[in-house]
Amino acid sequence: MSSEWPLWEVFIRGQHGLNHRHVGSLHAPDAEMAIHNARDVYTRRNEGVSIWVVRSSEITASAPSEKGPLFDPSNSKVYRHPTFFDIPDEVGHM
Amino acid sequence: MATATLDPAVDQAALFEFLLRLGDNALILGHRVSEWCGHSPALEEDIALSNTALDLIGQTQLWLGLAGEVEGKGRSADTLAYLRDGFEFRNILLVERPNGDFGKTLMRQFLFDAWHFLMLKALKGSTDRRIAEIAEKASKEVAYHLDRSRDLVIRLGDGTAESHRRMQEALDDLWAFTGEMFMGDAVDAALAEAGVAPTPHSLKAGWDEIIEETLAEATLKTPADAYMHKGGRRGVHTEHLGFILAELQFLQRAYPGATW
Repeated sequence: MSSEWPLWEVFIRGQHGLNHRHVGSLHAPDAEMAIHNARDVYTRRNEGVSIWVVRSSEITASAPSEKGPLFDPSNSKVYRHPTFFDIPDEVGHM
Repeated sequence: MATATLDPAVDQAALFEFLLRLGDNALILGHRVSEWCGHSPALEEDIALSNTALDLIGQTQLWLGLAGEVEGKGRSADTLAYLRDGFEFRNILLVERPNGDFGKTLMRQFLFDAWHFLMLKALKGSTDRRIAEIAEKASKEVAYHLDRSRDLVIRLGDGTAESHRRMQEALDDLWAFTGEMFMGDAVDAALAEAGVAPTPHSLKAGWDEIIEETLAEATLKTPADAYMHKGGRRGVHTEHLGFILAELQFLQRAYPGATW
């Protein structure tokens, strides 16, 4: 076993019912301690009401080199944005 | 507000003494734990310990603030913390024990947290509303302290041969300082009589239960009760307190009245 604690990614849900948001990472020997550590490292200023932790090694990320094929094609497809509808005045601000 | 809530049925000198004991325990342990800041074995532990220290210092402000109010001589929490001499401090000897290694710091924390948790739980039902309110706030912090120190004592006790050895040594070394938490005197009797605080002895059974359960899980051997050190609660301290105060009080002693 490695003597280094594994890395964990930390997600915190804020006060106002928003989604869990990635806030950073930390080291801990297991999930339970990762939660404890996350509480101490990332919620000191009353940031959250719920914590998720996940082993960083469990996260699959898209490769930076695939950026072109993955994201460029959607650049030129303005019709995917709902900007071509006339909004009736009665609807007000959307 | 201060005079309106004073309960004349309670001996105010005893109440003052009792509040000093609570405040000084939090102050001295908070200072001890803060000595780890920047030195812990891992960044995460460093922040966690600093949080604990800050919680304790926050509680100190409340207890000593109330103590000053009860005394009625115009002394603030700061005056009480920074301008008293060693023999005027009322903390138990356990909290002034040197940090030692990380295991020893955690063991000291655990032995204290278990008592602290039970004491605050009882104080939430105090007939003195001011004490009940402080206990209400502090008990949430201390419930977490206990969660954490208990968890780490189990992990390290039931860890490697090296961590087990260190935890057992810490326990054996600190055990003789645990008895003082449960010794009562005239102050305790007066406050228990008035329903302000529990007798120290009444917390013993609950403490034994937490300690035994945790130590069993940590595969650590509970030392036999033998001679117990005492004195801190009446101002008779070990040599360590003087060194703590030299650091803690330096600024106000060297530059009286200095502010931010």
